Amino acid sequence: MTKRFGDFVAVDDAHFVIARGEFFAMLGPSGCGKTTTLRMIAGFERPTAGAIRLEGRDVSRVPPYRRDVNTVFQQYALFPHLTVWDNVAFGLRAKRLPKGEIAVRVQQMLEIVRLTELANRRPAQLSGGQQQRVALARALVNYPKALLLDEPLAALDLKLRQAMQLELKRIQREVGITFIFVTHDQEEALTMSDRIAVMSEGRVEQIGAPTEIYDSPASVFVAGFIGQANLFAGVVTRVGGDRAAVRLGTDGELEAPTTTEGLKPGDAVAVMIRPERARLLTTEPAPPRVGVPGTVTDLTFQGPVLRVGMVTAADERVVAHVRPDEDLPLLRPGARVWLTFEPDAARVLRARDRVAPVGDEREIAEIEALTVPRTAGGAR
Amino acid sequence: MLERDPEGRKQARVAPWLLLAPGMLWLFLFYFFPLWTLLRMSLSSRPSRFADPVFSWEWSNYSDAFSRYGAQFSRSFLYAALATVAALLIAYPLAYVIAFRGGAWKNVLLGLCVVPFFTNYLIRTLAWRTILGDQAPVVETLRSLGVLAPDGRLLRTPLAVVGGLTYNFLPFMILPIYVALEKIDPRLVDAARDLYSNTWRAFRKVVFPLSLPGVFAGSLLVFIPAAGDFVNSYYLGSAKTTMIGNVVQDQFLVQLDYPVAAALSFVFMAIVMAVVITYARLLGTEDLV
Repeated sequence: MTKRFGDFVAVDDAHFVIARGEFFAMLGPSGCGKTTTLRMIAGFERPTAGAIRLEGRDVSRVPPYRRDVNTVFQQYALFPHLTVWDNVAFGLRAKRLPKGEIAVRVQQMLEIVRLTELANRRPAQLSGGQQQRVALARALVNYPKALLLDEPLAALDLKLRQAMQLELKRIQREVGITFIFVTHDQEEALTMSDRIAVMSEGRVEQIGAPTEIYDSPASVFVAGFIGQANLFAGVVTRVGGDRAAVRLGTDGELEAPTTTEGLKPGDAVAVMIRPERARLLTTEPAPPRVGVPGTVTDLTFQGPVLRVGMVTAADERVVAHVRPDEDLPLLRPGARVWLTFEPDAARVLRARDRVAPVGDEREIAEIEALTVPRTAGGAR
Repeated sequence: MLERDPEGRKQARVAPWLLLAPGMLWLFLFYFFPLWTLLRMSLSSRPSRFADPVFSWEWSNYSDAFSRYGAQFSRSFLYAALATVAALLIAYPLAYVIAFRGGAWKNVLLGLCVVPFFTNYLIRTLAWRTILGDQAPVVETLRSLGVLAPDGRLLRTPLAVVGGLTYNFLPFMILPIYVALEKIDPRLVDAARDLYSNTWRAFRKVVFPLSLPGVFAGSLLVFIPAAGDFVNSYYLGSAKTTMIGNVVQDQFLVQLDYPVAAALSFVFMAIVMAVVITYARLLGTEDLV
């Protein structure tokens, strides 16, 4: 499906199928179209082109109040004038269920989210985590075919957020409902989801299980957005099956796996290696092993690993994680080192102009994403 | 330092009172004192028509106020209630559209609602005499359409008075309702729609309850001044539409019967307070405001 706001394409030909009972995440930076996609599934926006099918039925033109999906809103949008009980009962009353059944279902749902004692409170009298659970109960009590969650944990502080991640997983297992979940937080998506759709600029870049996306990113963008990625520019010299040989500037040639389709000799590519798969050597490795020379810029002790930042001759900033059992006594800022890796741990990706910001820059971008107000037209 | 501490604390205790003093003095001089004088006046009697009133526990002023002006009292509160309801019916949809559909024009539209009221109150009311006049196009059109009888009129009818009250106090209804509606998070409406409510149910169950503080404030701001108003009845009404404000004005300024006028004022205040308290209980918005 596609969604345009005037000339602006918020969602560009997104296509995916979500299985019943799945915990599915849409992940991407702000403005990538994930919230618009969610609002189209909920029924608040109509797709400009394409269709939304719910268990086989085309619901693209069905208004939200007749669609069997429910939403947990960002900032929850609880009704401030109603008690917790009345908030949770809101949907069932709108569906005109018998009073007795409403009471039973609300009671049961409050037990699942552990809020039975607070049933008579107003939302303003609850903590952020409790409000979050009311929002969840209010949506789940309707037994929707799918539950949509729009950045449900963004308003919580870190500790609570981590606790709620597990809580959400538990509740999802307990009720067995499909969860479709929007986030800009890659760690959240990796922790909770069965599958992740990584989105960028309105397009779905990759859909897959968390390990698949982390180990074999489909693009430079995905590699940079999920975890940290070191990228080395190179040119394809040979393609064979799911492997490609790449010449890395002056640093030699290597053959590594690729999932990118249609690579031809001469194409500009990026070789991606995760920091924990990179090794540092203080002497130049012997060919045919490829070593990228560089200078150490900073060392950060992170507990399980030592994070070593370095800059290469081609002015690429790269990061390697050094485990404590590796004995590298000469490592200090300014030291000359060679970064090397097993070719099988690397991935060949098509080079692109746009690269997701890495490391600290990305954290800053995320903080901005959290503080930037809603833009007009809901193009987020 | 230790020796200075008690003095510092004393200062901290005295400071709030010093800050309150000018306001308290103002209230005492220009509110409590006149009220007290008025109360004494309402219990005074006049030995003769031109003599100064003398305080004499004259409770008959109050019984007179009820027995002689009961009709004007009930008419005042009836007209004020009708004007309040009419203003609510006009102001609510208006404020709703401005708050939810106004977009970038919100402030301009709101300004347009208030602009006519930059004109003097009296002039605006007098303008209605021209509009509703017996030879004016409005009346003639209504007569030719058969809505009014051939000798029917608008000016000097209760309808004109209630209409004038509605018109003159309308902004006091629009503004508080607008403020209340503007505060409502549109995502709450999304949430209601997501929970199987069509637009009407979302309005009834979410938007309207959340706008009640505005309705409450607006109703009081219209009802109280409308009930005490004498200008609309004087210029748009007739002897048959006399309101309590006209009686008080007449007693104070024409008959110079201060004790009766004072008693009327107190009865009026008491009724207004009773109405406000009942209304607050009924709407039960204490914890929402």
